Formats: sequence, C-alpha cells, structure tokens
Amino acid sequence: MSDITLDSKIPPGPVAEKWTTYKFERKLVNPANRRRYEIIVVGTGLAGAAAAATLGEQGYRVKAFTFHDSPRRAHSIAAQGGINAAKNYKGDGDSIYRLFYDTVKGGDFRSREANVYRLAEESVNIIDQAVAQGVPFAREYGGLLDNRSFGGAQVSRTFYARGQTGQQLLLAAYQQMARQVGRGQVELYNRTELIDVVVVDGRAAGIVVRDLITGEITSHSAHAVILATGGYANAFYLSTNAMASNVTAAWRAHRRGALFANPCYTQIHPTCIPQSDDFQSKLTLMSESLRNDGRIWVPQDPGDERPPAQIPEADRDYYLERIYPSFGNLAPRDIASRAAKRAVDSGRGVGPLKNGVYLDFADAIGRLGEDTIRERYGNLFEMYERITDEDPYATPMRIYPAPHYTMGGLWVDYELMTTVPGLYAAGEANFSDHGANRLGASALMQGLADGYFVLPNTVSNYLAPLLGTQPVPTDHPGFRQAEQEARERFGRFLSIGGTRSPDHFHQRLGRIMWDYCGMERTREGLEKALSEIPALHEEFRRDLRVVGDGQRLNQTLEKAGRVDDFFELAQLMCRDALEREESCGGHFRSEHQTADGEAERDDEHFAYVAAWEWTGQPGAAQLHKEDLEFENVHLAVRSYK
Amino acid sequence: MASTLNLTLRVWRQDGPDDTGRFDTIEAPGIKDDMSFLEMLDVVNERLIEAGREPITFDHDCREGICGTCSLMIDGQAHGPQRGTATCQLHMRRFADGQTITVEPWRATAFPVIKDLMVDRSALDRIVEAGGYITAETGGAPDANLIPVPKPVADAAFDAAACIQCGACVAACPNGAANLFTAAKVAHLNLLPQGEAERYSRVENMVDVMEDHFGSCTNHGECEAACPKKISIDYIALMNKDYLRAKFKNRRYLSRNP
Repeated sequence: MSDITLDSKIPPGPVAEKWTTYKFERKLVNPANRRRYEIIVVGTGLAGAAAAATLGEQGYRVKAFTFHDSPRRAHSIAAQGGINAAKNYKGDGDSIYRLFYDTVKGGDFRSREANVYRLAEESVNIIDQAVAQGVPFAREYGGLLDNRSFGGAQVSRTFYARGQTGQQLLLAAYQQMARQVGRGQVELYNRTELIDVVVVDGRAAGIVVRDLITGEITSHSAHAVILATGGYANAFYLSTNAMASNVTAAWRAHRRGALFANPCYTQIHPTCIPQSDDFQSKLTLMSESLRNDGRIWVPQDPGDERPPAQIPEADRDYYLERIYPSFGNLAPRDIASRAAKRAVDSGRGVGPLKNGVYLDFADAIGRLGEDTIRERYGNLFEMYERITDEDPYATPMRIYPAPHYTMGGLWVDYELMTTVPGLYAAGEANFSDHGANRLGASALMQGLADGYFVLPNTVSNYLAPLLGTQPVPTDHPGFRQAEQEARERFGRFLSIGGTRSPDHFHQRLGRIMWDYCGMERTREGLEKALSEIPALHEEFRRDLRVVGDGQRLNQTLEKAGRVDDFFELAQLMCRDALEREESCGGHFRSEHQTADGEAERDDEHFAYVAAWEWTGQPGAAQLHKEDLEFENVHLAVRSYK
Repeated sequence: MASTLNLTLRVWRQDGPDDTGRFDTIEAPGIKDDMSFLEMLDVVNERLIEAGREPITFDHDCREGICGTCSLMIDGQAHGPQRGTATCQLHMRRFADGQTITVEPWRATAFPVIKDLMVDRSALDRIVEAGGYITAETGGAPDANLIPVPKPVADAAFDAAACIQCGACVAACPNGAANLFTAAKVAHLNLLPQGEAERYSRVENMVDVMEDHFGSCTNHGECEAACPKKISIDYIALMNKDYLRAKFKNRRYLSRNP
C-alpha cells in the first residue's frame, strides 16, 4: 500500500478556457529535437493509430505495436453507427456546451467536467480532419454532410458512413499511420503482443512483448509509452467485442503501479442479436442508429404465441415510448437495456428462447419505403439475416442487451497520464470521459480526440525536460527480470498438463460475471462471485491444457495468458461494484433504486472516481478516491421522461 | 428449427512456413446448422484439445464480417459458397449432412503460410504505405463542409472504401494478383476532391509496389466473384486509366538516368 494522492492536473479557470490555457502553458519540444525522442504506442485502433500517425508527423520516432496481422484489424473497425460532433450543421440548437452537457448527464454525473468539455471542443476538429483524410461520410444531395440522431440527445449531431463509421474512421487513421511507416517515422510491429510494462526508477521505461509467430520474448524501451489497447468487455466471455480483445496491456500496467479506475462501469448495449445456443462465440451488435426508425415492443400478454405481424397494436407494449415519452426509443443505452431485461424477465420475451424483444421497422417502411430503409441500414439488415436466417424487412428483428463497452479503465489525469510517469492510456483503455455510461457515437469521438488532439499536445509536457536523455537500455535488470517472469509464466501454462482449454474456463468466468456483475447487481450476488472466481481461477491453474509449445505460433497459449488476466480483473470489477453502494449509469445495484425502478445515485457519498491500487493479490486492491466537482452542470436526477 | 450435421473436414495442416504441409481428415459430428463456420471450427478445436491434439490455427477476430482477419478456401472457394459473405458470417445451414468439406489457406506466392490456415498478408500493407492515403497532417484541415462532394461521388468512393483487406481477391485470382484490392483503395481516394492533388503519384506508387509483390491481372474476374464486399471489377479499369495517365504526367521513368 502507498500514500498515492490523485492529482487530476485540471487547469484553472472557466471550463471553456481550460484546454486553451493548458495548450499555451505546456512545455514544447522544438521540431528539430523531436527526433531525439522515442515513443511506444501499443494498439493501433482509433486512439493508437491516430496518436502514432500524429506523433510521427510531428517528428517523434514512434514504434507501434499490434497483435493483429495488420494494424487495420483493430476492433474500432466494427463500430457501426456514427461519431458525434458539435458542428450544429443542422441548426437545431447544438453547441459545444450542449454536447458537453449531454455527455456529463449521459454519464450520470460520474465523469470529469474538464475532460468532457475538451472532448466536445475537439469533436468539431475530428470531423474536419476525417473529411480531409477522405472519410466518405454520408452526404445530402447538395454535397454537404448529413447527420442523424443517437440516444441521449435531442439534436442531430451524429456523422456517419452507412453502418460502417468505425471502419471508415479507422481506415483513415490507419492510412495516416501507414504514410508515416512509409516515411520511416513509425516503425510497425505486427503480430506482436504486449506481455508486460517495465517501470524503472518510478518511470515507464518500456514494454516486454511476445512475437506471436516465433514465441520470442523481447523488450523495447522508449521515453514514453502509450497504451491504446481497448476495453475489457470480454471479461463477460460473450460480448460484442472481437475475439482477441483483452485486458492484458492495461492489467499488466495496473500490476506495475497504474491505478485502475471504475472497473464496474460496464456498458450493456441494448440492441444485440440474442444468444441462440451454448456454442456461441460472441454476440453481434445491431447499431443503435436502428432506434432512429425502429420501434421496440413486446406483447402485452406473456402467453401471446402469435407471430409478430398478427399481434394487433392494442396487444403490444411499446414500453420505451410508454415510460420515456420525450426520448422514446432513443433513451440512453443503460436505461434501454434495463427496460429490455425487465420486459424479458416479466415473461414477455420473444423468439424461440423467449430471450429477446422486437425492434420493428414496419412503421418506418410504411412511411419511408423499403428503399430508404435499405439505404440507411442495408448492411445491418443483411448481417442480421445471415446470422438469424430471418428477413428483417418482413418480420421484426429480435434484440437483447449484451456487454459492449467499458467506461472504466486505467486512471489518467487531464494529460491522459496514468499514475506511472511517462505511461499514458488513451481511448477505451482509459476511464476518463464517459462517467458511468457512454452515449452512443461517443467512443469514436473519444478515441480520435485522444489520439489526434490530446496526446500530441500533452506528451511534450513530459518529454521536454528529458531532452538529451536516452531511453533505459533493454539490458537493464528491470527488463531482464520482466522478460524472465514472462517466460516463466508462459512456461507454466504449457506445463500444467490439465484437461480443459482456456476457452472452457473463460466461458465459465463469463457466466459468473454476467449473472452477478451484469445488468443488475446485488450485494449477495457480488459476494458470491467474489468467492467463486478465485476458486475457478485456482482450477484454471490446476487443470488448464495448452497443447503445443511456446516456440511457434500457438493461439491456445495466447488465449491462456489473456484469460489468466481476466480472472484477476473480474475480481476487481466485483469489488468495485460491491463498494459502490449506489446505482449510476451502467452500474445498477438492485438495493438502490427509486420506487419506479430507476437508478438511484448517492451524490453525497459516491461522487468520486474509484481508483484501485494493486497490492500483490487480486482480492486485496487498495481504494483511492478522486472527488468529482461539478461547477457547470448541476447535479440532478437524470430524467429522459 | 435447428438441425444437426455430421461432417468430415479435410483440413490443411502445416507446421510452419518451411513445412511441406498435408491434408488431415477430421470427423466433425454433431454440428448445429445455426453455427457460423468459425464456430464449427471452435467446436472441432475444443475436441482436438481435449484429445491432446493441436488445434487448427486460423485467423479470425471480429466475426462480424468487417475486420477482414478471417480467410479460408472452403471447397476451393475463397470465403466459401455464399456470395458477398466473409467466412465468419457463413453459417452451417449452407452445408448438407454427410458432406466432406475441404478447408485450405489462401494460396498465393505473396501470402506465405505461417501455420495451418493462417497466412502472412502484410504485402497488402506495403501497398497502402506506398500511397494509399491523402496527405492531411493533423491540425490543418479546413471546415468539413467547405468542399461539397456530390452524393453519387461520395457513394462511389464509399463502395470502393468498403474493402476489408482480407485478401480473397488475391487468393481467388489464378495469377495471385492484387489489382482489385489496390484499385479499390485508389478509387476511394482518387474519386474524392480531397484526393485529387496526389491522384497520379498515388496510383503510380501503389501500382509499382503492388507489382513487386503480386502477379499480373489478366481480367479473369475471379476477384469480384470472391469479394465478400462485392467490390466491382470496374474499379480496376479506373485504376488502369489513372495509371496510364500518371505515366505521362509523372514522367518518372523518362527522367531517370540510364
């Protein structure tokens, strides 16, 4: 345990001037000196690729690492619906302040005002930048950019590229980075996975990586290390995340001294295709944008077995429109998810397993025609049909909530630096901007703001005083020891010689997490999870089977390391959820709800960021608190009614 | 309702790039037809691990048909029998009970096999690094609505930009050519007004690097048929047109010293 004081380093002054003030007062590195600095970027999604590209353009020497075969595979690519920006191109009353306000409110008043304001400010620059890079955003016939609406907002501020906005934004960032690779400013390491973070004399010194093809474990050092390694929703096993998404980089940093913030803030996305069977490997998201035109309903009567088209209006319950008339089907994600869970729990679920609710486009098709709907959502409808073998133009989609995004992550200050000097976290890997619930179309915004605009401004403040110093050499005992520990750890996985695969254990861990740390949490359930997870982890250590060896490509071995880290993280998620005796955003404790079942916050006792310090055992993390101050947005009960 | 299939897999196994490789016959009974093809391989792999055998190595990630990581030649077709569908979105209801399915890696000189069904496609990244971008350094962009882009132009650029870089076009091509991949990126950027300034240097640089790694296009059209994003072969014609013009405009080889 240590006496860490969390200094958020929020600049003084009015919220609208803080970022400008910061940018002027930060220390600069002269363009000619930038090549004397090395920066490691781990992860090549939106945040990582944008940071690597921009830092490379500025003249720093960058090493970029990805465990994928190509940097363009990162899971940012799967984001469908869009990206928010306070452009007010629709003239419907949007502004930077409104986007800031909506995001703080949407996050259920558990985020830092200063960070969120900066995010809203940079949102407009992101759109300009992306268009200059050639992102083919949707356009009106006059050639200007089109917008649509997303949950938690009453203005149209979401820019989109069909249902593939993440793909197009990631490709643009990847192409900007590829340009720097071509120029020799960025050195790219593909199929290379971070295994450990190395801290020497209290500063980030570099990383230990494993070459996934040869199994070789090596070290890389730099003046600063940026982790842009995504979120941890795969702790639930079944989630909308890609198969390889994992928490290892953030978790290894945590074990080396970086505090982990708000791990219990997880987002369960309301519109995913319901699980069909036990073999299922992942869940597939159907973009929130569908709620612009789709209406969500279940039959009034739990025993109603009629096909949806034969159920008359009077026998349907459009529950979101009924409970939240002003936001209707565009209520924020946490609220829409809980409402779906209640509808299914009340026995009114639809589909063969009665585990979904309808998302119905009949009205929109009647009003706008099938062609317009195809133009807007064609690729999503096709994907739905391929998976379910049902035609959503003819029969309503069936949807159900699924783990999707994690608001928690490594604690960072205003500069996106973790509690380890020189170690930064960006994008979903940090905790900073979304509070307890992220609004739709805000993840792309945050990843790109961090990568293109925030880090390139803040990193120099740390680097400038290091002028003339060399990175710690990789034969330093700190690196040697971390490499040795990594070799021993992977050797252990190979030598257990048990009977079950890493996936088998991951699936069982996921079930515990979904049952007790999912959409609704109780003290009793969380305590149960906290006794079951260590026991299962013990079984994993005793009965794991990894076939093959460590000197060649071995996907089972890669998976074993990732699952091992999920076991430790899962305990911290439950600890955090247990400690937070309130309901806020994605964190819903059944003990803390209003008479009509809405989340009940406790601002007097819980308006803080919970930042956890590793003390050597997963169950014994030490809690530190960063109090949240609200100077601009008035703390209020979040109402979407 | 879901039914169950009993299948036989003939799977390519290869220990490493230098190994000659071989087909393994693996029985796959009890496969539910609402599984995806990759979920079927997951089940087969779990059984192999439980039997103490090495699981089949294959590339995959998002399983939503967008990341482009998955591959596989299935019965000789890149991404299998369903048009416009990546392997991860192919479902077992497309196969019949009792069927034998042959599963191979992408076969192309530019894509060496790493292990089993996994290949190295990084030559495609080299093409992008040579010019598959618009030079627009962070910070200097004008307002996004300053340059209107006619909707049909934006749509055509988008259709090309939908490429997921999976490499199916190369695997399906008898020459192992990457023209459809390269043309899609060239068209995405060359059609847009933002891409105009680098139009001719882009196409020349990308095509030259492409030719260093890949075979030549002879208009078979197999690439278009195999593309999971249904990218049109017409883009190759657009690329050829720009490349020809670039050779006159850039005059790179004319000014070269002998």
